[in-house]
Amino acid sequence: MGFFSKTTQYLKDRLDKTRTKIADSLGTVLSLGRKIDGTLLDELEETLIRDDIGVETTDKLMTDLRRAYKKKEIVVSEDVIPFLREHIKAYWPQQDRSLRTAASGPTVILVAGVNGTGKTTSIAKLAYTLSQNQRKVIVAACDTFRAAAVDQLTIWAERLGVDIVKHASGSDPAAVAYDACEAALSRRADYLILDTAGRLHTQTDLMRELSKIHNVIQKKIPGAPHEVLLVLDATTGQNAIIQAKLFMEAINVSGIFLAKLDGTARGGIVIAIKDQLDIPVKFVGLGEKPEDIAEFDPEIFVDALLS
Amino acid sequence: MFDALTDKFNSLFRSLSGRGRITEANISDAMREVRKALLDADVSYQVAETFCKDVTKAAMGAEVINSLHPGQMMVKVVSDELTKLMGPVDSTIYYVSPGPTVILLAGLQGGGKTTTAGKLAKYIQAQGKRPLLVADDLQRPAAVQQLQVLGEQVGVDVYTEETKDPVRVAKGALKHAKKNGHDVVILDTAGRLHIDEEMMAEIERVAKAVTPHQIYLVCDAMMGQDAVNSAKAFNERLELDGIILTKLDGDARGGAALSVKAVTGKPIKFVGMGEKLDKLEAFHPDRMASRILGMGDVVTLVEKAQEHFEAEEAEKLQKKMAQGTFGFDDFLKQMSAVKKMGGVKDMLKMLPGMGAQVEDVDFDGKEMRQMEAMVYSMSLKERKDPDLIDASRRRRIAAGAGVQPNDVSGLVKTFKRSRDMMKSLSGGRFGGIRGLLSGGFNIDAMSQAMTSGKKIKQRSKRKKVARRKVGRKRR
Ligand SMILES: Nc1nc2c(ncn2[C@@H]2O[C@H](COP(=O)(O)OP(=O)(O)OP(=O)(O)O)[C@@H](O)[C@H]2O)c(=O)[nH]1
Ligand SMILES: Nc1nc2c(ncn2[C@@H]2O[C@H](COP(=O)(O)OP(=O)(O)OP(=O)(O)O)[C@@H](O)[C@H]2O)c(=O)[nH]1
Ligand SMILES: [Mg+2]
Ligand SMILES: [Mg+2]
Repeated sequence: MGFFSKTTQYLKDRLDKTRTKIADSLGTVLSLGRKIDGTLLDELEETLIRDDIGVETTDKLMTDLRRAYKKKEIVVSEDVIPFLREHIKAYWPQQDRSLRTAASGPTVILVAGVNGTGKTTSIAKLAYTLSQNQRKVIVAACDTFRAAAVDQLTIWAERLGVDIVKHASGSDPAAVAYDACEAALSRRADYLILDTAGRLHTQTDLMRELSKIHNVIQKKIPGAPHEVLLVLDATTGQNAIIQAKLFMEAINVSGIFLAKLDGTARGGIVIAIKDQLDIPVKFVGLGEKPEDIAEFDPEIFVDALLS
Repeated sequence: MFDALTDKFNSLFRSLSGRGRITEANISDAMREVRKALLDADVSYQVAETFCKDVTKAAMGAEVINSLHPGQMMVKVVSDELTKLMGPVDSTIYYVSPGPTVILLAGLQGGGKTTTAGKLAKYIQAQGKRPLLVADDLQRPAAVQQLQVLGEQVGVDVYTEETKDPVRVAKGALKHAKKNGHDVVILDTAGRLHIDEEMMAEIERVAKAVTPHQIYLVCDAMMGQDAVNSAKAFNERLELDGIILTKLDGDARGGAALSVKAVTGKPIKFVGMGEKLDKLEAFHPDRMASRILGMGDVVTLVEKAQEHFEAEEAEKLQKKMAQGTFGFDDFLKQMSAVKKMGGVKDMLKMLPGMGAQVEDVDFDGKEMRQMEAMVYSMSLKERKDPDLIDASRRRRIAAGAGVQPNDVSGLVKTFKRSRDMMKSLSGGRFGGIRGLLSGGFNIDAMSQAMTSGKKIKQRSKRKKVARRKVGRKRR
């Protein structure tokens, strides 16, 4: 497929903007010829914590680092970054990071997440890339709750020239999902992407509502949804772990869309999420425009974390 | 799940068993836990470091007043210090006269500016003012419609203009407000990254054009380590007057509150507690401190109590009972669930309809603390099997907990009774907190069981707490 992968250079360029800053800070930590001592390890730990990797996963990485040091796999400070780079990259092995697709019929993508993470915009980005590649896309406005959420997706659909299925604001989101599945089948769409209302994972009734949407899709199109994307805001801290866990339980998340990676936040929390819940990152969001999307590339991501 | 930090502290300080002072040696272990708690709560690394250093100093002098648990004392020192740092509270909106008072909202994308603008309009309107909402986000698709919908819900006017220039809209809005007798103007702006030079310059121009009386940064409570970077940048460019922390209705520990306050020095004015427009509340530094330390605040406590404790714990405990593996640890968990209600007694009192009812319940009594101390002095085996506890073990446990051996016998008796009582209760009705909240649980039966212990006195009055479902319904 690789619709999204050719944006890699673009991703590099976008990240370079902020990367230099980190390089500066780590540069001092790892200045040439420095011995690996307690202070250096402390500073390294600080860097990882500042990436939002979290205490637990950072401890794990630091333990691995110390073990490697004892085994003399790393000797001087220059070895540290390459070691960590390889180590963290290993979190995302050859695992398929591209979009899952249906063997036949429409590929259905369900998109969910807590409030304001970037769901609707990320859908616009997916729809843009797919329709640029001559795929027929339908989007569905299952966020019937937030003020003007339907309008927001409608505007995107118009701009991108893709079909939209929507009901009036305030109506039942599962009914929208139902109609959207019908439309995807009858109009022979290649992709159906469903937007849902932002909801906190702690709101059990709303999580149930989401499961219901999921079930409707499942019933209507066997094998669907083929992809369930959880949109995470890269600025989010440790709460993202429990978010991922509870969304996983409700709708069986298959991948993460890490939005807003164009800021100064590093999104290191996805390492902890991969570590603890084994959910891969599939896409990253790098701005507010439809083309600001890239396939997740662990290499570039880790380099941005560590430079 | 509850009071993880208190539990850790208690075990760390156990050896002190209540007497003496906090010393440099045991404080460094404790501070490691504090540091971890803060980082887990997303307090910025630098802020956490500085905080721990300051607290170490503050704690060194503190007496452990008659407490069986220096751990609790330590938690108090830490949370007092946190509270101090996040205060003082200032939820006043300062109006100028002659008006209109201009309020500008700024922040990163998706933080909750537009929703907060709607909430503020409602809040200000309730103070007898005539606010005007201004749709100055000309970037995001349907941002203007979003504010219009909210304006309609609140019943306030929304100013819009067909243009791409936010400075122009802001100026136009001010003119419109003066002409139409609006005494407050609330500007919603586009979300922007603090490193987006063009967009930051733009909001500076907007600010210059209308010289807002109040500029608030709208900040997502779930933010991680990066919160300091954006807050700092916005403060440097805009001279903030305060911060509004949103999405605090979730379970994020909200360390960003501390970080953002620390780097900007600006007060946290309000917190957002939901998507609906009446979910704007004053900020409570003390509750926030407990929350950051993982001790929960009212909402999380009550909700978790209902959802998690009742469902999961009760189920687990029930299973254990059925399998005959219910031990002292479980007993303690249950007791402390009840006790924790005491820690939030004051807050519970603030919930409508709950006031007098929690007044007379002695949740946080000395008995409870003694019980804890005794259980903590038992070996793991003893905790699982109370029948192991013979005279010599009793003496050892008593010495460890700073009580008399017959107190230990009392506890063992209480435990056994309680176990039997619970066995006979059906349908998971024994979950302490759940019942307490629903009025269904048998605190009567429980304390009956407890009063069989000598030291454990009958509560003077037992009152049930009224059934009250908290914020379940939204849509
Ligand atoms: N800088 C940046 N902004 C983004 C990115 N993705 C989304 N945004 C912005 O974030 C804000 C929220 O995006 P939405 O797509 O509306 O988020 P949502 O998750 O659909 O929000 P709700 O439906 O209200 O829960 C908008 O201002 C978007 O333009 C990104 O990758 N980078
Ligand atoms: N649970 C909860 N959700 C909130 C709160 N405040 C805002 N939201 C939701 O967060 C999402 C984003 O809110 P907006 O008001 O659109 O955020 P914004 O800052 O205006 O976003 P942009 O204009 O795109 O930068 C919406 O889904 C809101 O309903 C809150 O206090 N609690
Ligand atoms: Mg949306
Ligand atoms: Mg907005």
